[in-house]
Amino acid sequence: MDKQIEHFDEMLGASGARPPYTGYDAWFNAQDRARLAKKAAEAEAFFRRTGITFNVYGQSDAEERLIPFDLVPRIVSSNEWTRLSRGIEQRVRAINAFLHDIYNRQEILKAGIVPIELIAKNAAFLPQMMDFNPPGGVYTHIVGTDIVRTGENDFYVLEDNARTPSGVSYMLENRETMLQMFPELFSKIKVKPVSDYPKSLRRSLEASAPSTCDGRPCVAVLTPGIHNSAYFEHSFLADQMGVELVEGHDLRVVDGHIAMRTTRGYRRIDVIYRRVDDDFLDPMTFNPGSMLGVPGIMDVYRAGNITIANAPGTGVADDKAIYSYMPDIVEFYTGERAILKNVETHRCSEPDALKYVLDNLADLVVKEVHGSGGYGMLVGPAASKKEIAAFAAKLKANPGNYIAQPTLSLSTVPIFTKKGLAPRHVDLRPFALVSPAGVNITPGGLTRVALKAGSLVVNSSQGGGTKDTWILED
Amino acid sequence: MLGKTAGGLYWMFRFLERAENTARLIEAGFRIALTRSNDAESEWKSVIITSAAQSAFEARHDKYTSGNVVNFLLRDAENPSSVLSVTKSARDNARLVRTALTTEVWAAVNETWMVLTDALKKPIPETELPAVLATIRQQSALVRGALVGTMLRNDIFDFCRLGTFIERIDSTARIIDVKYYALLPAPSFVGSRMDNVQWETILRSVSAHRSFRWAVEDDFTAPAIADFLILDDRMPRSLSHCAGQLIKNLGHLAKDYGEAKPSHELADRMNARLKNREIGSIFDEGLHEFVGSILQENAAIGMQIEIDYRFNN
Repeated sequence: MDKQIEHFDEMLGASGARPPYTGYDAWFNAQDRARLAKKAAEAEAFFRRTGITFNVYGQSDAEERLIPFDLVPRIVSSNEWTRLSRGIEQRVRAINAFLHDIYNRQEILKAGIVPIELIAKNAAFLPQMMDFNPPGGVYTHIVGTDIVRTGENDFYVLEDNARTPSGVSYMLENRETMLQMFPELFSKIKVKPVSDYPKSLRRSLEASAPSTCDGRPCVAVLTPGIHNSAYFEHSFLADQMGVELVEGHDLRVVDGHIAMRTTRGYRRIDVIYRRVDDDFLDPMTFNPGSMLGVPGIMDVYRAGNITIANAPGTGVADDKAIYSYMPDIVEFYTGERAILKNVETHRCSEPDALKYVLDNLADLVVKEVHGSGGYGMLVGPAASKKEIAAFAAKLKANPGNYIAQPTLSLSTVPIFTKKGLAPRHVDLRPFALVSPAGVNITPGGLTRVALKAGSLVVNSSQGGGTKDTWILED
Repeated sequence: MLGKTAGGLYWMFRFLERAENTARLIEAGFRIALTRSNDAESEWKSVIITSAAQSAFEARHDKYTSGNVVNFLLRDAENPSSVLSVTKSARDNARLVRTALTTEVWAAVNETWMVLTDALKKPIPETELPAVLATIRQQSALVRGALVGTMLRNDIFDFCRLGTFIERIDSTARIIDVKYYALLPAPSFVGSRMDNVQWETILRSVSAHRSFRWAVEDDFTAPAIADFLILDDRMPRSLSHCAGQLIKNLGHLAKDYGEAKPSHELADRMNARLKNREIGSIFDEGLHEFVGSILQENAAIGMQIEIDYRFNN
C-alpha cells in the first residue's frame, strides 16, 4: 500500500481533492455507497443489452466480452486540456508533414535528422505511396494519441496511433452511460460535450474527398466483419455518422471508382474510412490472400478517385524507433519545440546509448522496435538477475532491434470498489481529426484504467477497464 | 441500402419467425403427448417432418420421444433450425445490419438472444417446458412490437416483413402438407365430433384454436378448417393473408424504387391462386398438390427476391 505514495493521484492530493475534482468529490461523499453499487450493476446490464462488447478471438463461450466500466470519471481541467490539445495538434500536423515528406522529397532524411535505414527497412513503409499526394494532402485523418501523466504538470506522449486507432466508441458510450446514471452530476458540474464527434468525423471525412467529387461526398466505413474485435465500434460509427457499413465483398471497382452493391445496383463511394489494415486492403497490391479488401482499390486511389482514411503507409510514422525522433520531427516541420514531452528513449543502435542501457538494465524498460502487445519486452525492475543477463545477451547480439525507456511512475485515478475508492493507474487517448480544413480534437478521450492494484496494464484484452473522461468548461 | 443489408434484414426476420413457429409446433405436440399419450410418438414424428428435419433427427436419435424431439428442436446446436441456432443466426444478422435498425429493435433482438441462450442452456424438464415456450413467444412479440412501433416505413421495413411472411407461408403450408389427410372432406366424418385430435393439433400449431371458434362459430368441419388456414384473410397465419402481405410490401418496394421486379410477378401469381375462390375448388385441384405447389412457388419467390435486390451479388 505504501506504493500509492509514490504515484501522483489525479483526484486526491495530500490536502484533499485536487481542484478539477472538488465538485465531484463533494457529490461522491454525499452518495449512498449501496446506491452507487446498484448503479454500477445497472451500467453493466445496459452495456450487455445494447451489445457494447468486444470480441475475444478463440473463446467461443465468452466470445463477446464487456470492457469493465468504472463509474468514477477521470477529470481534466480546462487549462490542462488546452495545453494537451495544443500539443496533440502540433504533433498531428508534424506527423502529416513527415508522411508527406517521406513519401515525396524525403528532406528530413537528406538533412540527416532521421536515418534512412529506419525508413528503408521499415515494414510499414509502402513504396506504392511514393510520389503520390493523397486527396487534400491528408495522411492521418484520425489519430489517437496515447498520453500518460506522472505529475501535476508532467504529460508524456507514449505512442502516436496513426494507423487505425480504436476506442472512440467507448468515449461516446461512456458519456451516454454517465448521463443516464447520474444526470444530476452534469447539472452541477459543467463538462464539455463529446457527442459531436460523429458529426465532426463525417464532416472531416467529407472535406477530405477527392477534388473530382461533385455533390455531397459519399462516405462509407469498411469493416473486416462481425467477427472483428472492434466490430461494435465500426457499426456504431457508421450508424452515428449515418453512412453505410461495408465489407470488402460489398465493393468493387466500377468505371474507375469504388462502388458499393446496393439494392438498386452499384453506387459510387468517394471516401472510405477503413478499419482494415494496410496489408489486407488490396489483394492485387498487398496480401494476395486477403478477402477483406477490394481488388484494385490502390489503382483507384493512385488515380485520385477515392480517399482512403487513414492513408495506406501511415504506420511508418508511429513505430517505436520513429517515436524516439518525434521531438526532432516536430521541430523540423513546425519550427517549434514540441509542446508535449516524449518519454526519454535510448536507441540501442547507438553505441553510447547501448552502453548506458546495458549498465542500467535493472531500471529500464526495453522494447523491440517493431514489437507490440508487450511481447519481447524486458521490464527491468520486475525482472530477475537471470532474466536480465539473458536479455543483455540478446541485446548485444542485435542492438538495432531495441529501444529502452525509464519506467514511468504513471498517475492514478480512483476506481469504485466494494471497499470504497481505490487508486489505479490510467492512460488517456484523445482523438484528433485531420482534414484540409484543419485539425479538430474532441474535448475528451478514452481513459483506460488498470483494474488490479499496482498494475500498469490498461489494455482491454488483458482485463483493463475504461472511465468517462471529463474536460471541464472554464 | 446495401444489398447485403437487405439480405441481413430479410434473414433476421425469417429466423425470428422460425423460432416462434417451432415453439408453436412443440406446444401443439406437447399437448397431444400430455392428453393422448397413445398418439404421442406419431405426433412428435409429424412435428419433426413439419420442421423439415426428419433425416437430421434420425441421424441423432432412434426414438421420437418427447425428450428427444424437444431437445432437438429447442436447443440442439447441431440442428441449424433449433430455436437456439436460429436465435443466434437472427442476432448475427442483426449485428450485420445494426445500422439499419432502431435501438429498440436491436436491443430487443439482442435481449432475445441473451434470454433464450440462458433459458436453453440446460435440457428442459417437462415442468419447465410451458414457461420456456411462453418465453420464446414473448420474446418474438417483443421484437415484433419494437419493429412495428419504432421503424420507419421504408425499404428497411419492407425487407423485414418479406422475411417474416415468406417464412410464415412456408410454415403454415408445411403444417397443412403434413396433415392434409385430416383436412380432406371425408364423407364419413361429416358432422363428426369437434374434438378430432388432428384438427386440434393443426389449429394449435398456428395458435388458432380459439380464433377459429370465434371466426367460424359452430362449423367445425375439415373444409372449414382448411378454408380458415388457406383462404381466410382475417387469419394472420393463413396463406392468403401472408401472400397479401407479400404483395403489399413488394408493392412498397416497387413504388419506392420505381420499378417492379420479377419477384413481384411471381408473388402476384401465387396470390391470385389464393384469392376469390372457394375451398371446394382447392379440393378439386387436390389439397396435397395445391399446398405442395404453394411451397414451391413461395421458395421461388424468396430466391427471386434475393436476386432482384442483390443480397449476395
